Amino acid sequence: MPPIPMANDMTNFPPERLLDLRDLAVTFATAEGPVRAVQGVSYHVNRGEVLGVVGESGSGKSVTVRAIMRLLARNATDTGTIRFAPDGEPLTLSGQPRDSKLMRSLRGNRIGMIFQEPMTALSPVHSIGTQIARTVLLHRGGSKSAARDRAAELLARVQLPNPGEMLDRYPHQLSGGMRQRAMIALALACDPALLIADEPTTALDVTTEAQILDLLRGLQKDLGMAIVFITHNFGVVADIADRVAVMYLGQVVETGSVDDIFYAPGHPYTKALLGSIPRLGAAKRHRLQTIQGMVPDPYHIPKGCPFHTRCDHVRPGLCDVTAPPVFSPRPGQEVRCHLTGGAA
Amino acid sequence: MTDTSRAESHFTASARTLMWRRFRKHRLAVVSLVFLVACYLAALFAPFLAPYPPDKIEKLQTFVPPQMVHIWDGGPAWPFVYELKRTRNAETARVTYEQTDKKIPVQFFVRGAEWSVFGLGTSDLHLFGIEAKKQKLNLLGTDSLGQDVFSRLLYGARVTLSAGLVGVAFAFVLGLTMGAISGYYGGRVDTAIQRLMEFIRSVPTIPLWMGLAAALPIEWDPLFVYVLITLILALISWTSLARVVRGRFLSLKSEDYVLAARLSGASQTRIITRHMLPAMTSYIIAAMTLAVPEMILGETALSFLGLGLRPPVVSWGVLLQDAQNLRSVALAPWLLTPGLAVVLVVLAFNFLGDGLRDAADPYGQ
Amino acid sequence: MLRIILTRCLWAIPTLIVVSFISFVIIQLPPGDYVTAYVAELRRGGEYLTDTQVELMRQDFGLRDPILWQYARWITKILLHGDFGQSFHYNAPVSSLIWDRLGLTLLLSTISLVFTWGIAIPIGVYSATRQYSVVDYVVTIFGFVGKGIPEFLLALILMWVGFSWLNMDVGGLMSPEFDTAPWSIAKALNVLEHVWIPIVVLATSGAAGLIRVMRANMLDELGKPYVETAYAQGFSERQVVWNYPVRVALNPFISTVGWALPALFSGDVITAVVLNLPTTGPLLLQALKMQDMYLAGGFILILSTFTVVGTLLSDILLAWSDPRVRLG
Ligand SMILES: Nc1ncnc2c1ncn2[C@@H]1O[C@H](COP(=O)(O)OP(=O)(O)OP(=O)(O)O)[C@@H](O)[C@H]1O
Ligand code: SF4
Ligand SMILES: [Mg+2]
Repeated sequence: MPPIPMANDMTNFPPERLLDLRDLAVTFATAEGPVRAVQGVSYHVNRGEVLGVVGESGSGKSVTVRAIMRLLARNATDTGTIRFAPDGEPLTLSGQPRDSKLMRSLRGNRIGMIFQEPMTALSPVHSIGTQIARTVLLHRGGSKSAARDRAAELLARVQLPNPGEMLDRYPHQLSGGMRQRAMIALALACDPALLIADEPTTALDVTTEAQILDLLRGLQKDLGMAIVFITHNFGVVADIADRVAVMYLGQVVETGSVDDIFYAPGHPYTKALLGSIPRLGAAKRHRLQTIQGMVPDPYHIPKGCPFHTRCDHVRPGLCDVTAPPVFSPRPGQEVRCHLTGGAA
Repeated sequence: MTDTSRAESHFTASARTLMWRRFRKHRLAVVSLVFLVACYLAALFAPFLAPYPPDKIEKLQTFVPPQMVHIWDGGPAWPFVYELKRTRNAETARVTYEQTDKKIPVQFFVRGAEWSVFGLGTSDLHLFGIEAKKQKLNLLGTDSLGQDVFSRLLYGARVTLSAGLVGVAFAFVLGLTMGAISGYYGGRVDTAIQRLMEFIRSVPTIPLWMGLAAALPIEWDPLFVYVLITLILALISWTSLARVVRGRFLSLKSEDYVLAARLSGASQTRIITRHMLPAMTSYIIAAMTLAVPEMILGETALSFLGLGLRPPVVSWGVLLQDAQNLRSVALAPWLLTPGLAVVLVVLAFNFLGDGLRDAADPYGQ
Repeated sequence: MLRIILTRCLWAIPTLIVVSFISFVIIQLPPGDYVTAYVAELRRGGEYLTDTQVELMRQDFGLRDPILWQYARWITKILLHGDFGQSFHYNAPVSSLIWDRLGLTLLLSTISLVFTWGIAIPIGVYSATRQYSVVDYVVTIFGFVGKGIPEFLLALILMWVGFSWLNMDVGGLMSPEFDTAPWSIAKALNVLEHVWIPIVVLATSGAAGLIRVMRANMLDELGKPYVETAYAQGFSERQVVWNYPVRVALNPFISTVGWALPALFSGDVITAVVLNLPTTGPLLLQALKMQDMYLAGGFILILSTFTVVGTLLSDILLAWSDPRVRLG
């Protein structure tokens, strides 16, 4: 893919935009050969907007956001542009080394991150209050007691009961939902412009999941921050997201507003995913297993359209030879499929 | 029935193949395995491989340095050694050996001292030797009595290496039983056994070993002493094995297939022997492999201190007693070779055990 | 916290009782007793005792009483008067023989322990954070070799190197000429020249094991999600590593601290025999060989007590450092 010139980049960055990925590709060097986990992902997030990222396990959702955070494993190399404009001027994050000053000043400060595993994502040997206060101290300075007060305030904001008491609790004394709330408080420590939530509710039961989603939605409104919300679950996306990016095998196969995606999905993969959501009344959580065949392993990504091994509408001779370009059936919706382009 | 058992054997075979594949990736572990097999074979065939009996004293060939076997003499040559000339330093009264130019060819399949072929008969065949009146072939030199260190090392390997295995066998029986009981029944029984293990671990090993070993009367039959020493070593080291077994049992107990077996009404012994034990064998083999070097080190240390096996039994620890005297070591550093052998074998067992453990646990560290 | 300390202390008491009883039983185990050994020694010297003399001697030493009675007498004296009984061989009170040597053993072990930790923790952490680097390989090899080489062999080799190659006077705590001399710089230097071998020997075997433990713990911890969380807060690598995973990785480490000291004592026994140090080791060996039971029993009892106390200490330390243990 031809590199997009820098000048073009700048003009391409409207003021309402917060985060912009162009052709992000990540490759892991492993003993069995290179794993191309992400190959040419482009998506963007506007200020105050919630982007839902959906896709099966292994589609590269987490790797993409780790590339944004510059927290990729040491065996990874990445190309493409990542730009982030927390306060006006866009900063180029791509190419920043893991331990760079810029990244350290952004992480935990302008970008907060929540992880999937509330059980293990907090340090087991420090109290909740200490962990939050440390982040506050790191980015905002000030006295220890001020940081502690801030921590109590955050715990109250995520609706933990008795925030003053919670400060001295250790993660193992909290339930899963409470830990996830504490985790959210930690991510919000410095009022980030962007919150990355990597499957924050997958490990929780349905009731707790609904409560956490409620909380996130409320916080998002109050604080006006943008969220990249990663999930397996289309139901959750409908609940929280403004726009959706659907990922398959390291590519974004379709993006669009929630309504576009739900009512006029363009990509066969999106359709299949939607088809696998149980209708009203059935259990909400559902693993996306009803698509025929298996996800190909990342060492042998199919030629042409990566989905052609499982697609119901596959055009032999076309789909398994030529990678489909991006088509735009309507403004704001983009689909990577020959069908959308009119191939019949 | 035949159908399920065939399916089962297919399943276990493929699991084993997978393990073997993972194991083979550990180069060091594979090399160690080969090395250890070679060591045990050498120990088994020690009388044939060793050119001389371990206790053959040569008053006139004390502290002979190791002799190089040459295979190059301006060109490839039949293996030979140079003849040694023995001189006595008039001042220090110390015997020294000098190489002369005379070559003595090494011969293979020579006749020598008789040895018993696994109790089936006797033979006097040895793999190699030399034909010389005043000299012997001492690959690793001789000690203060003129005994061939190489031959003694081979004979010592029989005792030391087998002590490791026998000790682990004892520890295995103890550890497996206690660990299985502890892990399977849980509750009070578990607590009691845990306390016992904690207690045994809280006794300093070496003094306890020494105390127990010192309790063995000197005049007892060496073979009996040998068994008791290994038993003493096992008495202390079974706890680590029991811990592994217990941990596995605890985690396996909760796994679905045990539950399924229980729901389908299988008896407890059946659950243990049919389902839980096979699932743990690989872990246990790894833990046992890692326990062998402890035993070997224990035997060596005790014998070295004069509390374990005693001459005329030849073990590596006994051989190292000769190296206790600093002056002998300074004069004849080759007396330390049994130590080198100990280190190599212990390392090999450690590497092998690590490799096996990693192969047994695909998700492990 | 206080409850944990109390329960652990209470647990230690039965353990100590059993340990002391076992110490006593061990020294009773050998067929025959000190008198047998003594008579045998006299006979070698050409002296003979009549059966009545032997019997009188036994009664004199109280060897005819039932074992529980002997044990009770022994342990009461120790507890009430600090009297460990009489060494038959030295014909002197055991306590007068033990304490000097024990002090030196404790000193050597503590120095080695400090060395061991000072080396093992940073190296273990570094080698885990730089997995598969050259340093990591070197450290791993050191760990393996250190584990594979028995202490006495390392002591022998170092002695041989010091003696044959560095022309040093090795063995013992100092050269004989300083034995009775008053303390001076020359004497101190001489002691240093002797004492490095036991410290290196003890620290090597200890450090090898601890580095392996620390490295493995760290590798376990570094892969855990909370480490990524810490990075996601914007901490630098050093801040993350030392504040989070090291803190957690030290916990299992701390629980083995209690065993480090006894392990050092054990190592010291053999090392000291080889190096001919005036510590507990050689005396214990001799006592065992001579079946000088009160002396040997005293040693085993004290060493075991140290172990039990060490385990107790590490339990308490662990509870103090790990909220998961402390708060249940
Ligand atoms: N450090 C790594 N080394 C090698 N391969 C990796 C590494 N990290 C991720 N991968 C590979 O990258 C691919 C994408 O992984 P990623 O974690 O982004 O998936 P995901 O979409 O987040 O899935 P999930 O829903 O399970 O979290 C996977 O095939 C994974 O095997
Ligand atoms: S390009 Fe072809 S194979 Fe790929 S999704 Fe579209 S129709 Fe299916
Ligand atoms: Mg993920």
